[in-house]
Amino acid sequence: MGLALLVIVWLITFLSTYFFIAKTWWLPAGMSAAAPGIDHQFFVTFILMGVVFVLAQCALGYFVWKYRDRTDAAKVTYSHGNTKLEVVWTALTAILFVGMNLMGSPIWAAQRFEPAKEGAIPVEVTGMQFAWYFRYAGLDGKFGKTDLHMVDPSSGNEAAIGLDSTDPASKDDVVTGTMYVPVGREVDLNLRAVDVIHSFFIPSMRFKQDAVPGLAIHMHFTPTQTGDYEIACAELCGLGHYKMHGMLKVVSQDDFDKWLAAREAEKQ
Amino acid sequence: MAGGERGGETIAMVAQDAHAHSAPQGFIRKYIFSLDHKVIGIQYYFLALAAVFVGMFLSLLMRIHLVWPGVNLPIMGEIKPETYLSLLTMHGTIMVFFVLTTAPQGGFGNYFLPIQIGAPDMAFPVLNMLSFWTTFVAFVVMIAAFFVTGGAPLHGWTGYAPLSALQSAGPGEQLGADLWIASIAIFCLASLMGALNFITTTLDLRAKGMTMMRMPLTVWSWFITAILGLLAFGVLLSAGILLLLDRNLGTSFYVPLVVVNGQVMGHKGGSPILWQHLFWFFGHPEVYIAILPGMGVASQILSTFSRKPIFGYRAMVYAIMAIGILGFMVWGHHMFMSGMSPYSAFAFSLMTMAIGVPSAIKTFNWLGTLHGGRIRFATPMLFAIGFVSLFVSGGLSGPFLAQPVLDIPLHDTYFVVGHFHLIMGVAAIFGIFAATYYWFPKMFGRMMSESMGRIHFWITFIGTYAIFMPMHYLGLAGHPRRYSQLTELAYLHDLIPLQKFMTYAAFFTIGVQLVFLFNLFWSMFKGPKASDNPWEATTLEWTTATPPPHDNFGGKTPVVHHGPYEYSVPGAPRDYTMQTDPATVATH
Repeated sequence: MGLALLVIVWLITFLSTYFFIAKTWWLPAGMSAAAPGIDHQFFVTFILMGVVFVLAQCALGYFVWKYRDRTDAAKVTYSHGNTKLEVVWTALTAILFVGMNLMGSPIWAAQRFEPAKEGAIPVEVTGMQFAWYFRYAGLDGKFGKTDLHMVDPSSGNEAAIGLDSTDPASKDDVVTGTMYVPVGREVDLNLRAVDVIHSFFIPSMRFKQDAVPGLAIHMHFTPTQTGDYEIACAELCGLGHYKMHGMLKVVSQDDFDKWLAAREAEKQ
Repeated sequence: MAGGERGGETIAMVAQDAHAHSAPQGFIRKYIFSLDHKVIGIQYYFLALAAVFVGMFLSLLMRIHLVWPGVNLPIMGEIKPETYLSLLTMHGTIMVFFVLTTAPQGGFGNYFLPIQIGAPDMAFPVLNMLSFWTTFVAFVVMIAAFFVTGGAPLHGWTGYAPLSALQSAGPGEQLGADLWIASIAIFCLASLMGALNFITTTLDLRAKGMTMMRMPLTVWSWFITAILGLLAFGVLLSAGILLLLDRNLGTSFYVPLVVVNGQVMGHKGGSPILWQHLFWFFGHPEVYIAILPGMGVASQILSTFSRKPIFGYRAMVYAIMAIGILGFMVWGHHMFMSGMSPYSAFAFSLMTMAIGVPSAIKTFNWLGTLHGGRIRFATPMLFAIGFVSLFVSGGLSGPFLAQPVLDIPLHDTYFVVGHFHLIMGVAAIFGIFAATYYWFPKMFGRMMSESMGRIHFWITFIGTYAIFMPMHYLGLAGHPRRYSQLTELAYLHDLIPLQKFMTYAAFFTIGVQLVFLFNLFWSMFKGPKASDNPWEATTLEWTTATPPPHDNFGGKTPVVHHGPYEYSVPGAPRDYTMQTDPATVATH
């Protein structure tokens, strides 16, 4: 029985670890300025925890085999423990865990303590059951007023987010169901939700933030590669949660300007 | 600690006189509305057993729907996306409350805490009975949610507002959601009663010589769990009442001005994040309520079957206390992406990393206990070893999720689902299985079948890894949790084969639980008769008759001379020195 436990525990350990190391399933390629830092922190944590995982499981399997009851077994060691050992492994674990925490903190701070920098492109994101809408300020650079009393989801776009058409600043606001941003430029997001909590999740951008009714949450990221990236909802929001997805199109500054101008023209 | 031996003795004797009750006659007083903690423990256990089979069945339906979304099931027909979410909500709620909280604490704690400290019963037998029957009512109300118009709620076991606070936010959010909240509120009341009883009993009813530092680690874990319950369930109860008010009386604790389906709701000014704070202030300690008794059981069994004292008893006790205290300071790690202040994430992250330290100490001590022992592989031991393995695997994904910066890719993905299923789900369940195989002989007077026990262990052990380890891979790939269909997001398509593999693994693993069920009932009537101390263990429950008499020790109050885990003491006549053995050999 001891041998069987050793074999199975070790097999489970090596198989599980293999699929991690082979990256059979892994984080999608990171396409934002923050991605390398987050991925590095993930990798460091993965190595440290992986080593502890393999060592602990192997020790468990080895001990149950080595110290199995048999007729020629050595005498049981009568011991209530070892204070020195307790102190050593408590200190080591504390250093390891707190160290990881401190290491990751600057990345978090850079993402969340600082607002977007000058020159970032502002985009307002609105989540509702079960769609994402994106609003651009237009030529005047100002977002018009929105009013929840005017929200009409069935009409889509401007009406869906409750844009107040009587506000002059709202005249040139562009509202779309697909998110366009220029590559290499910081995006200053303003996240809103009209009904329940949603969560704006773009795996390739290493971006996630809840959109909460009653709050306007500012968050920023910088895409570094052009391409199409899927947007998911990561907070349970109702029966259509699984189909609340969108598309982020990262394009060149030229293409972005052309796209925005075309949308403006449609509005006139 | 606890006023010394003599003081404890006086209080204990007064208290024992005050609540001594004679053995009841008649079926109803003996088995239904019993005041005997042993009967109540068995009642809790069977309630949890019924609940775990319901919860497991729901998870099977979920797994079937995920990989074969269009399949027509007998009676149920096709599972719709909203039905999937109801299954998910009820699976989580039933498992967390009626299995993981009910079996280890209500079941085994009730049965064995008084016996292990040498008491004739709980401190408040009537309260104990009330506590069980209140839990039972809560379970009935919870199940009723399936059968009302609209069905069971779809807001998940965490019930985030405003989804859970608005009747029009989705199917199941009408009467079903009210019943769900009511059931949890009733459960909270029951748990508060139970917690008071456990704490008082541990402090006041210990036998002579049973100092706090001679209590088995199981007793320590039930005791600390009860304190956690006392502080946590009150908060959830209040939060639940506020949620009911928001839903039915138009208050706005959790709901700001919102528009659902084009309709302006009559709320304004509430905070959805307030619910999360209140819920997780309960919810995180709840994780430890589920796992601490399992840790206690694992310690007890590893020591017994290694024939060796537990490694670092004091360190184990301090670790349980540290987990209990820190457990109340880490709730914010569930909320790094919620929109709360990013500065507070620093503090919550640091505290969460800190709670990893006592958890690691426990693991080291378990390995230290095995080292140099002489291990007997009876089924309880197999499950205790499995517990340690799963605890390590589930625990080590914790430091990923404890870092806010890694929550950006991982929060609300299957990585989290894999993490908490391994550690608070399956590890805790392995604790329950280990306890069942270990204490069954004492509870029912017969031994369980070892060969069926082995089959049960091996398939469950391999099966749970096959189900829950791949969830980490899914999470890395960005698979969000609580998705009822995998067809909409393109990047999920590649992950469907892995989901299928997990569903097949679930079939095997759930199937073999029927072997356990059969073993349990078959052995109750047909198993070989058990002796008073079949495992050659040391704690007080093994000094009394099998099964124990009504007052546990047949009128003789035990006197304790030794610590709880005195195995292979040099110079002792046998390789185990029971706690009541005369103090002729030197132990610690």
